[in-house]
Amino acid sequence: MKRSLIPAVALGALAALAGQGASAEKVRIAMIDPGSGPFAAVAANWFKTQQLAVEMVNASKAAGEHTLEVVQFDNKGSTQESLILLRNVADQGFHYVTQGGSSAVGAALIDAVNKHNERNPGKEIVYLDTLNADPELTNAKCSFWHFAFAPNTNMSTEALTTELANNPKVKKVYIIGQNYPFGQAVSRATKELLKRKRADIEVVGDDLHPLGQVKDFSPYIAKINASGADTVVTGNWGPDLTLLLKAGNEAGLRVNFYTYFANTFGVPLALDPSIAGRLKNIAPYSPNNAGFVGKDFVEGFKKRYNEDFILLGNQAAIASLAEGIRRAKSTDPVKVAYAMEGMKLQGLSGEMELRKSDHQMQAPLYVTSWSRLNGKDVKYDQNDTGYGWQVERRIDAYVAAQPTSCAMTRPAQR
Amino acid sequence: MEYAVISLLNGTAYGLLLFMLSSGLTLTFSMMGVLNFAHASFYMFGAYFAYALSQKLGFWAALVLAPLFVGLVGAAVERFGLRSLHRYGHIPELLLTYGLAYIMAEVVQVIWGRSPVPYALPAELQGTLFRVFNTNFPVFRGFMMLIALAMMGATWLALTRTRVGLVIQASLTHPEMVQALGHDVPRVFMLVFGLGCALAGVAGVLGGLVFTTEPAMAQMVGGIIFVVVVIGGLGSLGGALLASLLLGILQSFAISLDYSTASVLRALGLLKQPVADAQSLLNVSIAQLAPVLPYLLLVLILIFRPRGLFGTRDT
Repeated sequence: MKRSLIPAVALGALAALAGQGASAEKVRIAMIDPGSGPFAAVAANWFKTQQLAVEMVNASKAAGEHTLEVVQFDNKGSTQESLILLRNVADQGFHYVTQGGSSAVGAALIDAVNKHNERNPGKEIVYLDTLNADPELTNAKCSFWHFAFAPNTNMSTEALTTELANNPKVKKVYIIGQNYPFGQAVSRATKELLKRKRADIEVVGDDLHPLGQVKDFSPYIAKINASGADTVVTGNWGPDLTLLLKAGNEAGLRVNFYTYFANTFGVPLALDPSIAGRLKNIAPYSPNNAGFVGKDFVEGFKKRYNEDFILLGNQAAIASLAEGIRRAKSTDPVKVAYAMEGMKLQGLSGEMELRKSDHQMQAPLYVTSWSRLNGKDVKYDQNDTGYGWQVERRIDAYVAAQPTSCAMTRPAQR
Repeated sequence: MEYAVISLLNGTAYGLLLFMLSSGLTLTFSMMGVLNFAHASFYMFGAYFAYALSQKLGFWAALVLAPLFVGLVGAAVERFGLRSLHRYGHIPELLLTYGLAYIMAEVVQVIWGRSPVPYALPAELQGTLFRVFNTNFPVFRGFMMLIALAMMGATWLALTRTRVGLVIQASLTHPEMVQALGHDVPRVFMLVFGLGCALAGVAGVLGGLVFTTEPAMAQMVGGIIFVVVVIGGLGSLGGALLASLLLGILQSFAISLDYSTASVLRALGLLKQPVADAQSLLNVSIAQLAPVLPYLLLVLILIFRPRGLFGTRDT
């Protein structure tokens, strides 16, 4: 026992010395998202995005002398597991956490992080929310420790309805969605905003169906057809979206689809080419933007993983953290969070601002349309289908911006 | 009228797909008494096998070969798994198939990955069969209905009109007697289980095209096929057909009914104002309930007629 203690002590002392001497630190980030179960494939794509973003940050010294590292922890999609993991990674000395697979998990994490930081001064955790879209997270539940890198539902719907209102061909709109908070919010907000922006647009149908339970969408398509709608708005994702689009195509329904998630992992694989031009998607980023900003990232991602870079939030969270560390000249979470507040930086989609009042990222949104590759403005496809997202319109951040009811309490500055 | 015709067509097509999915399940149950929890996984295997084979040999070869391979896997499961458990009763058999479902889901992910595979319609089946008013009825749906009916006919004929069918039926009720007459009863069981799985395989070849071919596809149909089998009567092929059509058509029509409790009350003059809260229970419409109806029907059947519509024994 005694013998083995000596080298351990020596090593410890050495480590302490090394820590003092070199100020460059390795900042570890814990990604708490599904690593198994039905969403594992989707979340693996997010992790790869964060990993490549970390590598690019390190290569370009974007975080100054410090380097980043991201580690995945499997929360199995469960809130309970996520909270256990949070305690776990806190014990392992992580100060930065990313998560984005569920707004319910996100809300629980905000509470847990608040509590942890209050009780453990000096061991604070900053929560980088990559994809959650529930507006509550930056309103009623808003927290100094939480930064949201994806547009919330209200912002996306604001952008989508602006687009509908500007399109004189849109006369009759049909809303269909999954019966859970997101689907309900889309339905509610779309109706409200359309009434305000263009009262002559008629909402001819408004359907909610159970999440992930419908196998055959043709009855819904028949209903849409009978309603005489020229435009369908849907917040569906996953199989509910692909099956809806598939059934519409089979029945020969010639309407425009406006979606929020048609660019998500795997959906394009199920699309029939004939839907090109009629499928629009509101997204924070398209690789086919004017000037192909971010093409290094897109190409690097494809080469490295043979997958597509899809969701900006994952990259934006890492890039913002690096910039925050650089500006704070420290890896201390309190200092970094203060540096990130109100920070403006040039992102892949244009100028991003981490709004000080609620920590909701403000950045442009894009109305994109599923189009065949043409080498000019559609250079990057998705899932090797030969089709990609053509940018139809850029919607500036101020158009989609929403007021916030956030009343944030801030810790003492260090 | 126009809408009713389209809904009827849609409902029938969906009903026949449900029947394809559940016919194999009801067959293995009626012949062997094994409730195969991995049935939906064999369906998924069918879709993935068909995808892999159609890459190399084209769709039509895959339509024949994929169910065959699925049947072989099923026969192997019977030979090396279920057979040794048979003498311990039905619970161990059930547990085996339950565990098998998990293993098969993992196997699919190991081989083909976790994301959906691009399993697409062959050119011959693309396009429109006919137009009803302004809705297309795709060729593929017609083809699917045809296959389902052919499956029904062939299975029924094989079981009731052939010698093999007679031996199979006799093996279920009087295994010792059949054995004494010189038939290999275990082999008959292996054949039946393989056949049941092959039927699931056929459904998979087509279902993978209608839906998406992905690792979660077994989970998506797992619940509904049990509903069909229980409503139809465990072990009854005709019952399964009737239940499938009933569910398909019921669901199609229910989706078109936007009546809610609140709207009915208002029509009757019992309620003056519309209910403002969109999430209020009074505002839930029949259309919103449509996908839950099968399960509601399941509960009702279990309460009032536990043997199912055409079932012969209570379970």
